[in-house]
Parts: sequence; structure tokens; C-alpha cells
Amino acid sequence: MTANATPRRLELRILRGTPMAPSPPQFESYFVEEAEGMTLFLALNEIRSQQAPSLQFDFVCRAGICGSCGMVIDGRPGLACRTLTRDHGSVITLAPLPVFEWLGDLSVNTGKWMRGMAERLETWIHTTGDPDRLSLEAPMEPAEAEAIYELDRCIECGCCVAGCGTARMREDFVGAIGLNKIARFRLDPRDERSDEDFFALIGDDDGVFGCMTLLGCHDVCPKGLPLQTQIAFLRRKMAAQALK
Amino acid sequence: MQIIYSDVLVIGGGLAGLRAAVGTRRRGHEVIILSLVPPKRSHSAAAQGGMQASLGHGAKGAGDNEDVHFEDTVRGSDWGCDQEVARLFVHTAPQAVRELAAWGVPWNRIQAGPREVVVDGRRVRINEPDDAHGMIAARDFGGTKKWRTCYVSDGTGHAMLYAMSDQAVAASIPVHERMEALALIHENGRCHGAVVRNLVSGELSAYLARATCIATGGFGRIYQISSNAVINEGIGAAIALETGLVSLGNMEAVQFHPTTIFPAGILVTEGCRGDGGLLRDAAGHRFMPDYEPEKKELASRDVVSRRMTQHMRAGHGVKTRFGDHLWLDITLLGAAHIDAKLREVKEICQHFLGIDPARDFIPVRPAQHYSMGGIRTDAHGHARGLRGLFACGEAACWDLHGFNRLGGNSVAETVVAGMIVGETMADFVESGEGDLQVSTAVVREALAQEEAHLAGLVEGRGEEDASALMAAMQTIMTEKVAIFRRGDLLESAVEELRSLLIRSRQISLRTRRHAGNPELVTAYRVQKMLKLALCVAYGALERTESRGAHYREDFPRRDDAQWLKRTLATWPRADDTLPTLSYEALDVSRMELPPGWRGYGARDAIDHPDTSARVAEVAALRDRLAGVDRHAIQSALMPFSHLVPPPFRGRNARLGDQP
Ligand SMILES: Cc1cc2nc3c(=O)[nH]c(=O)nc-3n(C[C@H](O)[C@H](O)[C@H](O)COP(=O)(O)OP(=O)(O)OC[C@H]3O[C@@H](n4cnc5c(N)ncnc54)[C@H](O)[C@@H]3O)c2cc1C
Repeated sequence: MTANATPRRLELRILRGTPMAPSPPQFESYFVEEAEGMTLFLALNEIRSQQAPSLQFDFVCRAGICGSCGMVIDGRPGLACRTLTRDHGSVITLAPLPVFEWLGDLSVNTGKWMRGMAERLETWIHTTGDPDRLSLEAPMEPAEAEAIYELDRCIECGCCVAGCGTARMREDFVGAIGLNKIARFRLDPRDERSDEDFFALIGDDDGVFGCMTLLGCHDVCPKGLPLQTQIAFLRRKMAAQALK
Repeated sequence: MQIIYSDVLVIGGGLAGLRAAVGTRRRGHEVIILSLVPPKRSHSAAAQGGMQASLGHGAKGAGDNEDVHFEDTVRGSDWGCDQEVARLFVHTAPQAVRELAAWGVPWNRIQAGPREVVVDGRRVRINEPDDAHGMIAARDFGGTKKWRTCYVSDGTGHAMLYAMSDQAVAASIPVHERMEALALIHENGRCHGAVVRNLVSGELSAYLARATCIATGGFGRIYQISSNAVINEGIGAAIALETGLVSLGNMEAVQFHPTTIFPAGILVTEGCRGDGGLLRDAAGHRFMPDYEPEKKELASRDVVSRRMTQHMRAGHGVKTRFGDHLWLDITLLGAAHIDAKLREVKEICQHFLGIDPARDFIPVRPAQHYSMGGIRTDAHGHARGLRGLFACGEAACWDLHGFNRLGGNSVAETVVAGMIVGETMADFVESGEGDLQVSTAVVREALAQEEAHLAGLVEGRGEEDASALMAAMQTIMTEKVAIFRRGDLLESAVEELRSLLIRSRQISLRTRRHAGNPELVTAYRVQKMLKLALCVAYGALERTESRGAHYREDFPRRDDAQWLKRTLATWPRADDTLPTLSYEALDVSRMELPPGWRGYGARDAIDHPDTSARVAEVAALRDRLAGVDRHAIQSALMPFSHLVPPPFRGRNARLGDQP
């Protein structure tokens, strides 16, 4: 958009409603004048402060780091804070992420889902004893640390779950996010769990064998995590484990 | 009335709150954590550049230890910090890094052998020693003598917060999400917990506990342009203030970070400059060496932000219709380095600016970043003024940072203070004082008061718009209580904020419901935030000197003679329109490092009358103990080991230690 062109008038069609309300949710349209570099974060806040003070949505860092603002943007799950309006048409449709408990308007309860998944898959380093804080840390290969970070970059935004065919059908499916977590801890030499332990967590249709390889997760991950590669790899390892 | 009991209530699920909770849980106590958002979304996740701890590994870390970290921190604080706390901190920080390593943080590791790095604009080769291979790596940061900042690419806070939050899950600590503490419950100088609002249903409940900890982070959102998350509104500090008993320390000490992207205010890490990035003006000139020949781009943040603003005022900024900015140039680091070590920066540049930082300069300007001030505690983390109340992390004024915090010292503080406060709270709960003895009448009254307040807002027939008041406050703070401060501007800021505070008692809502009502949230928060803003502005007006991040154009010198003291703000009566200020002197005669020149910035401080005597005393002691082990010298100068909780005593191992 050049400085002197007339700015576009954007129409944001937002699914509105609350679970307690007697009437079903419906789309309502709001209009804003597009500004240079406008993101959905800016547009939604402008709408809330000037037109719809009760509009619910979740932003925290507004920098694409915290994963709070996942929503369905023109049919595709993504992070609203870093979605530039200029990359979309003049009508932009927004809906809450499916699968997660709906709290109202664009807000969903990803936190509850993530905690449940973390408890089920025990997504923490399993070691025995208290860490030894005074001694030198155990050395780690630099490349290994980087490989773990690569998988650790997941921000739990829930886009992969919302984009997943299995998750929509099977309530207990752990999703690409859950499988990625297992891949992350499996890779970590500090975690003492064996493949047998991991198999007990994900060796069924709610785990790694539930994935239908539709690639929905991989395509929508805002952090570009190699989800399909990880799932395929994990499936081979777990299949081998099943034969043992 | 719904009442929820636990041994310990931790308000805040960021790094500080999580670590404090894990610590008390490990001592066998029941803990509940409250958080506005899922804990992994706390703003700790946004920390990019790293965490300081003097591990001393590698070519550029060799020779580092607690002493060097201590001196950097005290100089960084412009002698405003509590030196005993700084000692306790530098002693515990290596343990915090190593604990996090054991809990899964994938710290970047050292590769033995030669490698190229950029130092002062030039590529140089360094050789990493063999014995450091695989040990935790560190990068350079502003205001430090050694490369001390441990990091995970530029997603350090994310990796730390995830590991810590996973530990809380492992310890089965419940986190009550989308819950907001609105008031502390207290009686006769003893805190008993908090009145808490469910942000989804709008319901209030009372959380009662034997010990309560506030770990609610910073309050950057009282400013219009800030690197902080939108939830960093300081409600935790405000509810402590509203008790009328607890004081907030040094609220005028607000840090402005040199490099937030223009105009959005999103941070790009100091690691950019630590790794060799340069600041340039409209003409492409690297201007920092002109002002700061010693540390250049890597002087402390207060100094660099001031120099940048000065340079833009002199007309050297890049002019745009949204205002002026400068350039951050990291192109010289090369694409490979950026792809590996500055990935978040790269993503932010791509998504918010549409540029590739390996090829293009990044438009930056300083913006509000960090709150040095907060709930005043003692070295153990106990809040002054209310027994049973504790605070840690950015919400606290433990006073590690004084008037300027060093980059990388904050995430380190969150974890270290969490470790210490976790032990302190467990001790407290186990002591005779720790019993919960609260009458139901007190609880009922506290709930009724909040209920009435919220009902008043929902049904209110005033004329004021909450988000307009919020915006007005933020504009005043950004325009008048900024990097360069002046008496007349501060005076008008205080007056305008006072009138906003009075107007905020007449708010009217367009949506008249309790559940799921963001407008109601803005309304009650802005009332509290205005009090914090007044503490900042009024504290800044009264402090007629310049120290660290607090810079008065009309009083440009650091004045140790008058101002070597900490501001304490209280709010005794609910209908006050100004905080009550008092001061707590810092004792020069007990300082390990007496006041002097920081090594960068101005050299014209006015001395405290006790400084020269203490300098002589310290020098004599050092002379007398020459050749003695450094720990012994340190403890002769300023003993601190009595402050270290038993689990964290002992000496930090370093490569090459003599057995
Ligand atoms: C963009 C950015 C980058 C940074 N990079 C670095 C860095 O590289 N190195 C460094 O050392 N420091 C860095 N910092 C500073 C550092 O990240 C923070 O100071 C630190 O993480 C704060 O942690 P905390 O636990 O105190 O608070 P937070 O992480 O902010 O957590 C606060 C918690 O309190 C909860 N909460 C708040 N109010 C309430 C309430 N009323 N009721 C219930 N819960 C509440 C929130 O939900 C949240 O869980 C950075 C800061 C920013 C803004």
C-alpha cells in the first residue's frame, strides 16, 4: 500500500456468540479502515475499543511467540497477531479454532487441552533424583542440543490440532503436537524413558497409529515444525516396538 | 461464598511463580498457581536473548566468576541495587542454569575448535578449548565484561518456561488458568490469600493460603509503546499497593530497550548487538562509538537508549510519517548465524516488517521494556508490610537491578528468586507463624467489597469510557515519563494522571454483564494501572537526579549525596489521588563495591559523604588480604552466606578448578 493510495475498507466477518447464550453463534460484520502494516491484532483491538466492547479474543505477546491467538482465518488455522491484513482480501472471515472447548467469540480453551495432553503423555524429562546444581553440567553435543530445540520450538497454539482430520473425529487423539512432544523427549538423552515406555503412551489409535497422514498439521504449523517427518519416524519406531 | 484452601498460593505462572511453586511443592506443601493465561503463554516465553550466569566456559567466558558478574550487575544498576541481594543472585545463578539443564532446557553448547565471531564490527577467529566442548555456551550482552549470557538460539525464555512449566505438571501442581487476583485478603498485618475473579464466568472466589506469593511480572502496558505482552498490566503490584501497607520500590526506574521494531514496538533481542550487530543512523553511519568509545553498542541499555534518542533529536534519525527511527544492522553476521542463533528475530522481521535481516537493516527505536520497580521485599523475598506475603520476579523489587537491569539478568532473576522464595515460603509455612487463622467475616467482607465494586462498574451510570482512559494514560506515560524526563513535563503528567484517576471512578460500560466481558476487565484494570502510573510519574518528579534509566534533563548528574536511596510508594487511603513517598537509604559503609564510575556513560556523579572512607576501607582490606582466596576476601568485605538457603550453599564448579 503506498502512502497516498486510498486505504481499503476491510470487512471482518467474525463468528460471535457464547456457550451460555440462548441463540446459536452467528457471523457479524465489522468494518475498519486498513492502515499500513495492519495485523489482525491491530484490527481486532480497534474493533473492540470502538465498536464491539464485548468481543472476546486472546492475545498475549502479539509477536508470534506465545501461541495464544490461534484462530481460523479465511478457513485456515493461523496466528492472528502476525497475520497482515494486506495478505488477505477485503473481506476476512474469522472463527474460533475447532476441537477445543469454546469460551466465546474467538476465544477457546487451549490451556485445558494442553495440560490434559501433558499429563497424559508425561511431557517432562524423566530422571531419578534431584539435579546436581553445584557440579559441572553434563556435556551435550552442540548438534544434539540444536536438534532438541528444533522440536522444542512448538508454541502449543493448537493450529495443528485444529487442522487435523483425526482430532476432529477422535476426542482423545493426542494430535501432531502430542506426537512431536514425544519425539522431542525421545531425542533427549536426559530423559531416561525407553521406547517401551513411549509405546505405552502413544502406541495406539489415539496416538501415533491414529494419524491419517493428511498433512493438515504440517501445513498450518506457524513455527514450521517438521511434524509429518517426526510422525512418520515415530510410527516406524513404534511399529518396531510393537513387534518386539 | 466459594473458598479454596491451599498451603501456598502463587499468583502468576511465569518463570518466577512456577519456580517458587515447584520449590515449595518439593518441600511437601500444597500449592495452587493462578494465572491470567495458560502458564506457557506468560510473557517469560518472549525472552529471547538469554540468561546470565558466570559458568565461565569457553574462550570468551574464561576467567568469569561470581565476582565479575557481581560488579557488572552493581555498575549496571548505577549503584541503586541491594548489593547483598546481588551477591546472593550471582551465587545462585549458575545453579539455576544447571538445574534447568537437568530439567531439559536445550542450552546451546560449545563446539571445540576455531570459529569466527563478529566483535566490534570485525570478524575475528576464536578458538574454543577442547575441555569446553559440549558445555553450555554463552553470548555477549550489554554491560558485561565476559560473555556470560547462556542461551537457546533466541528462544531462551520459551525453552526455560516450557521446561519449568513441565516440572510443575510433573509435580502435579494445579494451575487455575484465566483467573485474576483482584485484591489481597489481610487482617492485622497478615496476608491470608486473595479474592480472585474467573475471567470466563465472571465469578469471584476466595483463595486462602498460609503463604501468598505475587509473581505477576512487569507493568509495561501503562505505556503506549512497550515491548511487553498485552497482559503485562501490573495488577499484582497494584493489589499489593492497594492494601495500603505494602510499599512499591523504585517505581520510577523504568527500562527502555534500545531495539524494538518500528513502529510496532516488538522486541528484537540485545543478542543482535551481543553477537556483533551495529546501530546506524539515516546516513548509514555507525554512531555509537562517537558517544561511547569504550562499550559502543554494548553499553548498558539505559545508556544506549539515551544515546539513540539524543542522536535522533540531533536530526540523524530516519524520518517517517509515524516518527523517527534508526537502523539495527545484523547483515554482517551472515545468514547462517541468523538462521541458527537469531531465528525469532528473523521471523519477526519477516512477518511484521516483510524484510530479511540477513540482507536488510531493521528499523528500530527504544521503547518501554522492563519494570525495575515493584513490590519491595527483603532478601528472602518477604514483602515489607504484610507477613505471609512474598513476591518474586519482575513484579518484585528484591532489588537486584537498582536503576537499570542488565540484559539476561531478568530471566536469571526470575528463576533464582523463585528458588529462594520457594524455600522461604516453605520455611514460613513450617514455622509457628505459618498457621492459617482467618475469620470468615474477614473473607466475607473482602469478597463483598470486590463484588460491590464490580457491580458498581457494571451498573455504573457515569460518563467515562474505560478504553479511552487507558489510551490517555498510555499516551501521557510515553510522552512525558519517558527516556528523557523534565520537571515541567513530569508535573503535568502527574496532574493529568490524577485527573484520569478521578475520572476513572465514573466509568460507564456499554456491555452490562459480568461473564466474558473484556470491557469490564479494562475498567477495573485501568483504575489500578493509573495508581501504578502515578507511582512512576510522581516518583520520577520527586527524584531530582539522574541514575540509570531515570534521566532528568534538569538534573543530569547522579547525586549520591542526596539520592543514594530507594523510593518507597504506598497508597494508604483508597480515595487518595497520589501515592505517599518515603525513602530508604542505601548504606555505603557496608557496600562491597562503593559508588564510582560505571565504565560507560557519564562520569560526573556527586559523591556520597561516606564514599571515600568506604573506598579506602575496601582498598585496605584488599591489600591486607592480597593472595588470599577470593571467597575469603569477599566474605570479609560483605558477608552474604547467611542469606543463602541451605540447598543452594556450596561452591559452583568451573572447568579447571583445582580439586
Ligand atoms: C520481549 C521481551 C524479551 C525479553 N528478553 C529477555 C532476555 O533475553 N533475558 C532476560 O533476562 N530477560 C528478558 N526479558 C525480561 C524477562 O523476560 C521478564 O522480566 C521475565 O520473564 C518476567 O518473568 P515473571 O515470571 O516475573 O513474569 P511473567 O512471565 O510476565 O509472568 C507473569 C504471570 O503472572 C500472571 N498474572 C499477572 N497478573 C495476574 C493476576 N492479577 N492474577 C493472576 N495471575 C496474574 C500472568 O498470567 C503470568 O502467568 C524480556 C522481556 C520482554 C518483554
